[in-house]
Amino acid sequence: MNASPLLRQDLGGGNRSHHARGKLSVNRGLPRKRSDLAPRLSLSGQLRAEARWGIVLALPAMVGFIVWVAGPIVASLVFSFSTWNAGGRFRFVGLENYLRMARTDKLFWKSLLVTTYYSLTSIPLTLLFAFAIAVLLNRKVIGISLFRTLLYLPSVAPSVAVAMLWLWLFNPDFGLLNYLLQLVGLPKLLWIHDEVQVIPSFILMNIWRMGGPMVIFLAALQGIPASLYEAAELDGGGWWSKLRYITLPLSTPAFFFNAVMGIISSFQVFNEAYIMTDGGPNNGSLFLVYYVYLNAFRYGRMGYASTLAWALFVVILLLTLFMFRISRNWVYYEAKGR
Amino acid sequence: MRPRASIASIPSRVLSYALLLLVVVLFSLPFVWVLRSSLMSMSEIFQLPPRWIPAPFAWQNYIEAVIVIPFGRYFLNSMVVVMTTLLGSVLTCSLAGFSFSRLRWRGRDTIFVVLLTSLMMPYAVTLIPTFVLWKYLGGINTFMPLVVPSWFGTGVGGVFNIFLLRQFFLTIPFELDEAAYMDGAPPLAVYWFVVMPLSTPVLVAVIVTTFGWAWNDLLSPLVYLIDSNKFTLAIGLAEFNSAYSIQWDLLMAASIIVILPVFALFFALQRFFVQGIVLTGLKG
Repeated sequence: MNASPLLRQDLGGGNRSHHARGKLSVNRGLPRKRSDLAPRLSLSGQLRAEARWGIVLALPAMVGFIVWVAGPIVASLVFSFSTWNAGGRFRFVGLENYLRMARTDKLFWKSLLVTTYYSLTSIPLTLLFAFAIAVLLNRKVIGISLFRTLLYLPSVAPSVAVAMLWLWLFNPDFGLLNYLLQLVGLPKLLWIHDEVQVIPSFILMNIWRMGGPMVIFLAALQGIPASLYEAAELDGGGWWSKLRYITLPLSTPAFFFNAVMGIISSFQVFNEAYIMTDGGPNNGSLFLVYYVYLNAFRYGRMGYASTLAWALFVVILLLTLFMFRISRNWVYYEAKGR
Repeated sequence: MRPRASIASIPSRVLSYALLLLVVVLFSLPFVWVLRSSLMSMSEIFQLPPRWIPAPFAWQNYIEAVIVIPFGRYFLNSMVVVMTTLLGSVLTCSLAGFSFSRLRWRGRDTIFVVLLTSLMMPYAVTLIPTFVLWKYLGGINTFMPLVVPSWFGTGVGGVFNIFLLRQFFLTIPFELDEAAYMDGAPPLAVYWFVVMPLSTPVLVAVIVTTFGWAWNDLLSPLVYLIDSNKFTLAIGLAEFNSAYSIQWDLLMAASIIVILPVFALFFALQRFFVQGIVLTGLKG
């Protein structure tokens, strides 16, 4: 580009700070090169245009944030201190909902237990499996791109249809899973129709849909320089030491990313609970979001449902913060030279 | 050392290939099982030991499922909702992403970070007040609550799309904008003629994921839609399930019909899609 250094400094490069603006206005009067080619461009005019258009183009998103995010968050907090059923009078009750939730609502504790159990079991299992598959997929063998596609497909399928599909696979009498168990001589299971087996069944279904984390792991594995493996081979390292001392440490950022995404999504399971189990049997799959839904839209307790939703948010927030806190101990960051 | 290592690795390679093959077969089995069930008569489905190949192929299951659901109505509703959502989300989010990455204005980065906080917020928290808002605006039993938020960069996809697009836009050389501005182009022209044509991978990723989310959205239709002639496919399928819970042949045919459009879009755009995820997924 033949732009003047001044223009270049201000328009070019990703790191464009607002300090440049001040500097610019001081130098406004300086003559510029190529002004004959760009008669309409004046530097301050350009900045004015950017500022104007910048706000105009981001305005819908800002309005959306206020109307559908910030406003509802404040309203939800207010609701959570009230008993309100969408129709009747608004009554402020202070901490009553929160106390009731913590002290007497056994179903809340049950749903918190169920959701946490599901989340904290399914995330490590799914990630380990996705990582192992990614390692197997990260080589040039016949049919590899077909394998990748086939293993990714379950995560593309809409969860509403997947729930129906697995409802049939889990069928104790005519389902695929019990048929496979019988083929290898194992006893039949009740799967989602049993209070104890229902969450492990959901976890199995989640492992089947590990395509998202798998792709992230694949990307991470492909970013590892081959020279590291060659150096390890020269030192006589086998596949285990390569996996243990190169692949695994360099994949920790992907583990971290997938774990945080996993927490956020696994605490918000709804479709599967609604379609497959209605929260049962005996509330064995009463996921928190489903319990919020039941309170708000079946029992008409908007206020109490808001209280539950805030409890959900606090749990997700705490777990995410905890993940970030402990990430220093196990996530490898190249820039820090650990 | 070297030759021995490569000889030793031959069995391990065969082993890992066999392992991979096994996993691929196991992962594909559910699809095969469901496909086979969707083409069987009810009596054949309940046969023990189960058969893998239907005889004869009961193609009429699909016709019957389409009539019973009623598929045409729900498909049309889904298409209206999904396409309107998609158009709004891509337009608003790409313009906002352009503004947040390539235009300079006071408070830009602060506002971007504030918008990002909504990613942390569970849907359950904002759902109830949003429902109340639409109730007062008279939006219950209309498509408005499902599509309007996406035109304001929230709702399905929403802020996540803004984030993905901004991160990708930041990787495009700024010299291109500079050159266009030198020629007197307005910012919108830079957006449309410079930035958007160079952003195919991320746009495809945004389109495929937003399509998937909108297509699959069950909670919002459940909360907002009352008349069954307004239902989308997602809620239609769920209601069909509770009404015909023993008609496994029809249920499986219906499920496959709901899956197919998403798979079709995925296969059509697969190459760009994986590239887009890889490019943007890890940059957070």
